[in-house]
Amino acid sequence: MSYVPHTPHELRAMLARIGVASLDELFSEVPAALRARAELKLPPALDERALLRFFAGHAAENADVQKHASFLGGGAYHHFIPAAVDALASRGEFMTAYTPYQAEISQGTLQMIFEFQTLICQLTGLEVANASLYDGASAVAEAALMAARLTRRTRIGVSAGLHPHWRAVLGTYAAGIGLELVPLPLDEAGRTRHAELPGDCAALVVQSPNFLGCIEDLAGAAKAAHAGGALAIAATAEALSLALLRSPGELGCDIACGDAQSFGLPLSFGGPYAGFLAAREKSVRQLPGRLIGESVDANGERAFVMTLTTREQHIRREKATSNICTNQGLCALRVTLWLALFGRRGIRRLAEQNVALAAYARRACARAALRMPCSAPVFNEFTVVVPGLADRLARCRAKDILAGVPLERFAPQRVDQLLVCTTEMNTRAQIDALVRELAS
Amino acid sequence: MSAPGRSGLVFREPLLFESSRPGRAGVPIGDTDVPGVDPARELGDELVREDVPDFPELAELDVVRHFTRLSQWNYGIDSGFFPLGSCTMKYNPKVNEVVARLPGLAAVHPLADEADVQGLLALACELEAALAEISGLDRVTLQPAAGAQGEFVGVRMIQAYHRARGDTGRTRVIIPDTAHGTNPASAALNGLEVVELKSGADGIVHPEALARVADAHTAALMLTNPNTLGLFESHVEKLADVIHGVGGMVYLDGANMNALMGVAKPGHMGVDVMHFNLHKTFSTPHGGGGPGAGPVAVRNALAPFLPTPVIRREGDRYRLDDEFPHSIGRVHGWYGNAGIWLRALAYIRTLGAAGLAEVSSRAALNANYVLESLRESYDAPHARRVMHECVLTDRRQQQHGVTTADIAKRLMDYGYHPPTIYFPLVVAGALMIEPTECESQETLDGFIETMREIAREAESQPELVTGAPQRPIVRRLDEVRAARKPRLRWSRSD
Repeated sequence: MSYVPHTPHELRAMLARIGVASLDELFSEVPAALRARAELKLPPALDERALLRFFAGHAAENADVQKHASFLGGGAYHHFIPAAVDALASRGEFMTAYTPYQAEISQGTLQMIFEFQTLICQLTGLEVANASLYDGASAVAEAALMAARLTRRTRIGVSAGLHPHWRAVLGTYAAGIGLELVPLPLDEAGRTRHAELPGDCAALVVQSPNFLGCIEDLAGAAKAAHAGGALAIAATAEALSLALLRSPGELGCDIACGDAQSFGLPLSFGGPYAGFLAAREKSVRQLPGRLIGESVDANGERAFVMTLTTREQHIRREKATSNICTNQGLCALRVTLWLALFGRRGIRRLAEQNVALAAYARRACARAALRMPCSAPVFNEFTVVVPGLADRLARCRAKDILAGVPLERFAPQRVDQLLVCTTEMNTRAQIDALVRELAS
Repeated sequence: MSAPGRSGLVFREPLLFESSRPGRAGVPIGDTDVPGVDPARELGDELVREDVPDFPELAELDVVRHFTRLSQWNYGIDSGFFPLGSCTMKYNPKVNEVVARLPGLAAVHPLADEADVQGLLALACELEAALAEISGLDRVTLQPAAGAQGEFVGVRMIQAYHRARGDTGRTRVIIPDTAHGTNPASAALNGLEVVELKSGADGIVHPEALARVADAHTAALMLTNPNTLGLFESHVEKLADVIHGVGGMVYLDGANMNALMGVAKPGHMGVDVMHFNLHKTFSTPHGGGGPGAGPVAVRNALAPFLPTPVIRREGDRYRLDDEFPHSIGRVHGWYGNAGIWLRALAYIRTLGAAGLAEVSSRAALNANYVLESLRESYDAPHARRVMHECVLTDRRQQQHGVTTADIAKRLMDYGYHPPTIYFPLVVAGALMIEPTECESQETLDGFIETMREIAREAESQPELVTGAPQRPIVRRLDEVRAARKPRLRWSRSD
């Protein structure tokens, strides 16, 4: 089974037209010494039935958030996805199209991305957004590189509240072109000490809500950054928070970036997700990645097209603003669908419910005498200290509760600290059970 | 003529924001069973925003129609023949979508405990092993989210390898003039200088030319094989010898692996590092421009530098290993685009060794069939046999004022997606055609007959071609206007 359609008769006729006697002869330009002498060593082919059985078998070895009560967050969030998202995103005209180089037969993708760009601008309070990047981690990295180009400086102040994986990816990219990362610690409340930013930085990167769940003082961060001539970069892992919290643009940030996974993308073990990046209009020529713009066609009708492509690698090669070649087209479609389906009031309502659930969970923890080390307000995630955490996690697991993210995995000093996330997918009974298992 | 293009009923559709009506509700959201809170009181007034201004308010049916109509303005592989060179627009099997959506895979959190993701880690290991086998290399990382990120990772690992040996003067990467733009951009992102290597008159790179630019400053050669002309770089072993002779490494851009599966292994050609494009060779959907996945395969000598975490098998358990002191670090928030690499594994498991070999031989069959059928009507820059794709030019049609762009637009009127145009840059007016293995003789014959007809039109009625397209929902776009006064979002004030 290899999805090839040629009949034996077609095969003979085609070889004859080419003027070769066999399929093998088509590879005459490959030196004989390089030609494979044996078949690839791969497991035997499976038909559709056997294939589904094989994958279902391995799927059963994982603990998914549908069969379990999950309080896992920390950069990937379990939110409800309306049926219409899958139904429309599965349409072959979207799914099997390519990069909209040929605008006349790609208007569906192009208009959708224009809408995506607009939605991201509305949520972040900024003026231009690109067509998406790989994920939140690469969006932060690209934002920092962009700030370095804009300011011609080489140091990046990075909050200790930035997701540790995003910080790691930023480090990998920064090292490539010799940028130095300057760490900024968190204060007692769990928020970035942005006053400690050195004066010669290209940017200050602050994630809000941060990795401990705390909502940061983005206005203060922007002021601190601007005081030293740096740009303020706001990173967001829980994009739903943008529906409720004052936007990075409104609070004075120059660049907003993050992951839009919360908007209709399944957890899918970490990908594919959709990175977003928005900025002020004046810095548009330093934006990495694809941009869709409005124009007109030969009849004067409104139409959409890839634009400002002279920033991109297929035109500028080594002088491009990034090496990125695609966006996350299908993921951006899901995000646009999800946001459009819930709409203005829906996203607000979901965000408020997330806040209410976290507030309920925090009060339950407090009643159970579990200490919460950070005093800053939270959106839907918070850190709680659970004495004897390993045992407690095992007890939760035995009751089909995925209790949260042990922070010791990321920072050895955070012994017994657990990051708990509540979304609209959690019920009161689940939260009560969680607190019971953690505290009793 | 039996070209598939016809006109049907196509709808106008405004932007989401223009259809929005204040107070119209979308998907309903019931109450939670915890007490509601006032966000301003819970979080503080200074943190809470007003409703997002001008955010769309639509009914579910509005949204369904909106996107259904938009989809009808698109052209996908599911719509018709899509010979977009270097992009490998092959059939994306529907069963792979079902696989990727299994709740035991799609609803798994990336921070779930290791013991709770054993099935996923086993599948990842199986794909890594398959890609190692196909490449003839030793170790694989699934982390890169796309081919371009794979290039970034591969080049970075080569740098790390040189540095670990105290070899710090290697600041240059040699890249043939036929390469994709991502190659030089990925080298630059690693702080390396790009040296362009001219390919020969026969379209391939020659060892003598390489020897003139390769020296002790060379970190790597980035080679695409088959190259973007569809030609096998038949001197590849000697090229590798030249690079290894000066202490450099050979990077293979695996964009065109669809030609090589079961035919030849990069590892046997002297390649040290390569990336795969799972969305090309292994049939995961292109999605209107992503998501992709760009796993990287390396020789053992480069294994210490793999991005973390690395998946390890210990007995019948799998573990995510971060203790990799020489690693180049992370490049992805999690473990790569799992939803994509699962589809690729499903494809490999469906085809098996014989199926993958059949893919490559039929891809070459279709490409050579198109080339030989169109040589009479269009100029081809080279007389050599091609692998998975072929390049034609508009040289003859230019005499009548018809260009490659016109030919591409005219193809739309006949119901075909155009080939890749004006690439590779070394061929003036290139039309780069990659039919893939999935097309039958009659589909190819329809395309060939259409291309011949367009060549005839170019001679007899060139205005038909230069005025194309007529049939898509819009005519040619004013790209200058889009770039001169960029309008990159909708806003009420405009």
